[in-house]
Amino acid sequence: MTMPVPLLEVRHLRVEFPTRRGTLLALDDISFTIAPGEVLGVVGESGAGKSLTGAAIIGLLEPPGRIAGGEILLEGRRIDNLPYEQLRAIRGRQIGAIFQDPLTSLNPLYTIGRQLIETIRTHLPVSEDEARARAIRLLQETGIPAAEARIDQYPHQFSGGMRQRVVIALALAAEPKLIVADEPTTALDVSIQAQIIALLKRLCKDHGAAVMLVTHDMGVIAETCDRVAVLYAGRVAEIGPVHDVIHRPSHPYTQGLMGSIPAMDEERERLLQIDGSMPRLNAIPDGCAFHPRCSVAVARCRSERPDLMDAGTTRAACWRVPERK
Amino acid sequence: MLVFVLRRLAQAVIVMMAVAFIAFMLFQYVGDPVTSLLGQDATQEQRTQLRKDLGLDDPFPVQFATFIGNAARGEFGLSLRQGRKVSTLIAERFPATLELSLMAATIALMVGIPAGVYAALRRGRFGAQLMMTLSLLGVSLPTFLIGILLILVFAVSFKMLPSFGRGDTVALGAWTTGFLTADGWKHLVLPAITLSVFQLALIMRLVRSEMLEVLRADYIKFARARGLQNRAVYFGHALKNTLVPVITITGLQLGSLIAFAIITETVFQWPGMGFLFIQAVQFADIPVMAAYLCLIALIFVIVNLVVDLLYFAVDPRLRIEKSAAGH
Amino acid sequence: MSSPSTPAAPGALARFFDGDVWFSFKSSPTAIVAAVIAFVCVFCSVFAPWVAPHNPFDLATIDLSDARLPPAWVEGGNSKFLLGTDDQGRDILSALMYGARISLGVGLASVVLSLIVGVGLGLLSGFAGGSVDAFIMRVCDVMLSFPSILVALLIDGVGRAIFPNAHDTLAFGVLIIAISLTGWVQYARTVRGSTLVERNKEYVQAARVIGVAPLRIMVRHVLPNVLGPVLVLATIQVAAAILTEATLSFLGVGVPPTSPSLGTLIRIGNDFLFSGEWWITIFPGVMLVLIALSVNLLGDWLRDALNPRLR
Repeated sequence: MTMPVPLLEVRHLRVEFPTRRGTLLALDDISFTIAPGEVLGVVGESGAGKSLTGAAIIGLLEPPGRIAGGEILLEGRRIDNLPYEQLRAIRGRQIGAIFQDPLTSLNPLYTIGRQLIETIRTHLPVSEDEARARAIRLLQETGIPAAEARIDQYPHQFSGGMRQRVVIALALAAEPKLIVADEPTTALDVSIQAQIIALLKRLCKDHGAAVMLVTHDMGVIAETCDRVAVLYAGRVAEIGPVHDVIHRPSHPYTQGLMGSIPAMDEERERLLQIDGSMPRLNAIPDGCAFHPRCSVAVARCRSERPDLMDAGTTRAACWRVPERK
Repeated sequence: MLVFVLRRLAQAVIVMMAVAFIAFMLFQYVGDPVTSLLGQDATQEQRTQLRKDLGLDDPFPVQFATFIGNAARGEFGLSLRQGRKVSTLIAERFPATLELSLMAATIALMVGIPAGVYAALRRGRFGAQLMMTLSLLGVSLPTFLIGILLILVFAVSFKMLPSFGRGDTVALGAWTTGFLTADGWKHLVLPAITLSVFQLALIMRLVRSEMLEVLRADYIKFARARGLQNRAVYFGHALKNTLVPVITITGLQLGSLIAFAIITETVFQWPGMGFLFIQAVQFADIPVMAAYLCLIALIFVIVNLVVDLLYFAVDPRLRIEKSAAGH
Repeated sequence: MSSPSTPAAPGALARFFDGDVWFSFKSSPTAIVAAVIAFVCVFCSVFAPWVAPHNPFDLATIDLSDARLPPAWVEGGNSKFLLGTDDQGRDILSALMYGARISLGVGLASVVLSLIVGVGLGLLSGFAGGSVDAFIMRVCDVMLSFPSILVALLIDGVGRAIFPNAHDTLAFGVLIIAISLTGWVQYARTVRGSTLVERNKEYVQAARVIGVAPLRIMVRHVLPNVLGPVLVLATIQVAAAILTEATLSFLGVGVPPTSPSLGTLIRIGNDFLFSGEWWITIFPGVMLVLIALSVNLLGDWLRDALNPRLR
């Protein structure tokens, strides 16, 4: 069976940060793919490396961080080693991005119309009027009322949720094939989060864009994603279809994560808690990064780092997985 | 917005009042107002009469009010040192100082802002480092020393430019200008450069640090993530956001140029208000000091007001009320 | 019940040398050079009576026949007077050191004074809040809108008018007060800002609930958090104070003529510029710039070193 060429392929990505106390490896051999139109969730605790993965993909790693190894391929072409100008042309046009805080994502001194039109005309050869018409259509799609009037307003005249809709419109303005959404709802009111996530998913489907949704909120992942990758200490712990990862997790860490979420339909006396905490970048243990906290760790876990192994429909980086089969 | 303007005007009035109060205290208690007005050679009779006329035995608030009234009309009495009316002296000198300050301000802005932008965008490269070192030199060199050095090089060694005075000036009504004669310009060059150096260095450092700060903002990151070209990111987004806060500070600095002119005028013997003020301080000529103080305060307050209005015009967040519509 | 006290940081000096600040210093050649230059200047000026080759103010040692000698490396110079002499026969090099002494003394004294006033008012303003805060901030605003030179000149002029035949010490006092009044506002604002931030933190509120006196809270808790920016400010202010003093002295309204500072020396030398005796004014100028520049460089480096985001 031939696999279709994935839209995005990340192979053995390594991102490091040189500091004066030595080099820290923030992403250690991360690999995954995203198919066209798919929604991949990337979940993990703070510091696990989710945002860095997104930043590396769009080529906006903040120095001194840098890609130290591996490849990133967009539709089969390598993009991680492109010169700045070529990468710039890809940003916005092939890969769009959405960041966490809608308030600071928009330039307060320009109208949203100007920011939209500017983005459209940078990538698409259209006239000013055509760009404006497109911008208004986009705003309408994102559910902003009276788009024709509001397009000439300034960011501070919009509420938080509205602003994030504008941000989504901006990200989709040049019709990219992939959107990297880094915690798009974390800064919003809980009541609006669901709306925005639903909007994001719907719009991306309508425009044919895949989504890499980075978040720490498992609920959002469950609702929105097709597949999910669980990150731990800069490595992929488990990856697979959403339903399988959530209901039949194979990696002990994922099991702990799922167990710690309260369920409406179960009776439980206590929430499950994983002892200890994720290791810091300069203190990652040998072998499997999770082994100090793992209840089923064996000798091999302490010395050899596990690759991603088949566990039915998902893949998990755990030495105990092959035994269960 | 009207509220804002009114509030600033009210503040301006308060500041002027405070300054007037200080000037008044100077006048009444440090100097001798009778001597100021009559000169040193008045007789005892004249003094007593004047005391009565001036209402110097009146209660304090009345005296203060009279002072304000006089000050508003520009009436500050006679200079202790020269015996002439203070207002005349200042009016004679004002054009010289203003032209010098304007020239220096122009130089400082036209060189400082682009230099600051360059130093921010090319951060770490040799050119930018050199600029930063030069700017540090600019704030470490006292203005008078710069003047002396320039005189040494251009007037003494190379004999290219004159080193004192204003040169030929043209009278336009009450105003005398040096802008209309080549000689006037030649005399203007060295003092204007001297006066501008400190401000230039300051503006350059300010623009650079503001721009670096702005370049770290999320909206710049988002602009790059949208694939906008460098030109658009730097000069469309970053520059505009940099200049907005720079406006206020620059405006204030330029206001203070007029006061800094004191030093430059002394070095180059430029016949301006600053030179007059120094002579007044040396001589303890209170009426001149008080008048200069009030005038400077007025200029400052006006500059501040203009700057605030500019801010309003440029930053939409102040102009337009926040709307809380929709989600 | 005695309030809990934290033990003193073990080996604070050792931690400093291991810390980021020292590392930043070691790896910055400009900072090292600046520190060396500053140290040499300070050393020469503090120990001028012992380090200077001559005493330019001891009338017995001055000989008019030595007047107007150019620097030793120029034709006509004398190696006894390395940087030349002025019109009275005084050695420029020695005059430099003594002059620097005055300049530095006045500069440092002013900064210390403005530090005390500024930090004190800032703490008060931030802690007391309300109308006290508003008033102090208004005063700051008004003072900030006046250029420092003007404030200094005014105070000096007023002092001159009030005490026309001032005693030397009084003249110095007025000068130091004048210069310090130009600088305190920066400290006040910075400290006030930090105080406001700290004041709302839980540990301060807890301390208040326990009943710890506000003054003690301010000094023990807020002050250490503020020291960083204040230190940077102080360094830069020292350079500014020295330059302000030099300017005032140059204008003739600074230090009394019997204790000439570098500014006074420059002014005296200015008269000889046109007759070609440039060294009388240039060397004091160079010394002044060296001091100001090295202090400014140190301040710049310090600001970057203490800024966590730039590390």
